[in-house]
Amino acid sequence: MSSVDQNQTLMTQDGVPLKVSLKRSQRRSKMRAFMLVFPLLAFIFISFIVPIGSLFTRSVDDTLVNEVLPLTFEELKNWDGQDVPGEPMFAAMFMDLKNADKIQIGRVSTRMNYEKSGWKSLLKKTSRKMKNIDGPPYKEQMLKIHKRWGKVEFWQSLTAMKDPYTLGYYLNSVDLKYGYNKSIEQQPEKRQVYNLLWKRTLLVSLLVTVFCLLLGYPVAHLLATLPLSKSNLLMICVLIPFWTSLLVRIVSWMVMLQQEGVVNDTLVAFGLPEEWRLPMMYNFTGTLIVMTQILLPFMILPIYSVMKTIPPSYMRAAQNLGATPTLAFLRVYMPQTLPGIGAGSILVFIVAIGYYITPELVGGKDGRLIGNFIAFHMQNTLNWGLAAAMGVILLAGILILYWLYDKIVGIDNMKMG
Amino acid sequence: MALPIYATTGQKVWHYTYLTICAFVLFFLIAPLIVVIPLSFTSGVFLSFTPEMLSLDPEGFSLKWYKNMLGMCNDPSIKTMCSDKWKTGAINSAIIAVAATALSTGLGTVAAIGLSNPLMPFRKIIMATLISPLIVPLIITASGMFLFYAKVNLIGTYTGLILAHAALGTPFVVITVTATLSGFDRNLVKASQNLGANVFTTFFKVQMPLILPGVISGGLFAFITSFDEVVVVLFMGGPETVTLPRQMWSGIRQEISPTILAAATCLVLISILLLTTLELLRRRNERLRGITH
Repeated sequence: MSSVDQNQTLMTQDGVPLKVSLKRSQRRSKMRAFMLVFPLLAFIFISFIVPIGSLFTRSVDDTLVNEVLPLTFEELKNWDGQDVPGEPMFAAMFMDLKNADKIQIGRVSTRMNYEKSGWKSLLKKTSRKMKNIDGPPYKEQMLKIHKRWGKVEFWQSLTAMKDPYTLGYYLNSVDLKYGYNKSIEQQPEKRQVYNLLWKRTLLVSLLVTVFCLLLGYPVAHLLATLPLSKSNLLMICVLIPFWTSLLVRIVSWMVMLQQEGVVNDTLVAFGLPEEWRLPMMYNFTGTLIVMTQILLPFMILPIYSVMKTIPPSYMRAAQNLGATPTLAFLRVYMPQTLPGIGAGSILVFIVAIGYYITPELVGGKDGRLIGNFIAFHMQNTLNWGLAAAMGVILLAGILILYWLYDKIVGIDNMKMG
Repeated sequence: MALPIYATTGQKVWHYTYLTICAFVLFFLIAPLIVVIPLSFTSGVFLSFTPEMLSLDPEGFSLKWYKNMLGMCNDPSIKTMCSDKWKTGAINSAIIAVAATALSTGLGTVAAIGLSNPLMPFRKIIMATLISPLIVPLIITASGMFLFYAKVNLIGTYTGLILAHAALGTPFVVITVTATLSGFDRNLVKASQNLGANVFTTFFKVQMPLILPGVISGGLFAFITSFDEVVVVLFMGGPETVTLPRQMWSGIRQEISPTILAAATCLVLISILLLTTLELLRRRNERLRGITH
């Protein structure tokens, strides 16, 4: 026992209890650590998290229509949805259109056109000829401008936009849509594209993962069992492509796989008839081949780092105890590599599922994936709501997979070559 | 892994099959990159080996596509668009990558030091947030950034691209520097402070030299991420900010000429250079760790 009395608390020199003093210093240290992290956290928050958040808000946002056509949507509440509405509704629509400026009408009509095609020309024409109408009754005069005002489907389609928020874009991304009063319906057959795309994206990611595993496993094993000097040399073959620009690798595959490319030329030189040149680029096969090569290092490296930790004596011991090499591999070696297989597979799958550049350049028509459609809607159709909704669905899937990855290997253990 | 002398015929067959498979896969990985290099020296206009090249005739080789890339347009046989676009692209890429790397390395290193403090609160969730730019697919990042940066008028500017690329590069810096710091003996900091050094002296004279290899390799990761990045540039870049990968992208989409192969060869060489540097740094780091322990 020390000289300090049991029930007397330990004091520092300035008479503060040691516990209090320790806590204070720990709090200071904690604070200091947090202040160091804070600038980066703030930076990532503003430059990354908020933009991703704006994708979320964009995917459910439907305020535009409600702001530009407030009277119409107020009037819509009193409508039974059966027949073409009466004079008050036409008056409300007229007033709303009159109050809106040209740019607003343009944007609103684009939005409404997603719900029912025909709105765009209807609103454009009406707003152009509206100055001829100088007073009620509005119904007859508007019907004269465009006969679509007399079609009940157009009025019914308005009910899908009645709230300032919408799940319509999410429905659209899985080939569903809002019907009358936000009931959920199937898209008409000729507009169903997205379910096929989701399936294709999953199929490509799955196939690429399987190919990477089949090709990567033996190589990882070879790298892990060769003496270090030799394996370092072979490792270069894995690492150089890993560090080379994606576009460079795509270009090099184009050189290889074209109709007049190196692979076809070689095959022809070995006696393949000219007219049998294989179509390996700008189609599904092209996407598969190129993505497999690009993602292969993501599979090899985690499996390699796991295999490196397995002592070779285990296999010898198993065989010494009477197992055939096959049995020893299946029962002793392979189970120990499972964490590496899991990590590599999830990693490859996650990266593959969000791919955009490769399918865009080598995929042609039937090799395009969900990422390409997100880009298409962002840049060409400008249907940002739909692009955002597809992005959010994709992101949700990826986050679930990452959660799994974290369970299996831990994100902290992520290694980069 | 050598075969024992007592191996049966079956084992021998299996062993050689296995080696063949491995050789095939390694070839599959590296061959496309190897093929590009000789083809970029072609004197023809197509992307396939000409008979002259195959017979190693000097007539089959030329530097004209490299000259074309550098904007020397006095070769009448080349009908491909020839301009200094590749040069401007390379300069733009370098400016953006250097600025983004400086930003992400600075912020990332400081944050990693904070994160490696055992008392750091909410460590796991903060780490997940900081790494998230690496996890989210680029197409989603690019879409979100486009929507947000458009609101603050940063589309088509250097600032916008630098901020975006810095965000994409920070996870690499945070990961590598935290990994390096895990082998760092914190008692050194205490010893230095005990000997009268202030916080800054301690950081620059004691901690920084020891974690420098980690910081540099993190910085190189961030640099190459920005230098090779094309998706965000496609969404957020304007005519003023055409980077090298962006130029390559439009080259691929319009018409593939051997000029692109020349650019590709240059990029392969850059990545080999980077890889070598990283490897040397890794070895130095391992040596240093051996000393500190």
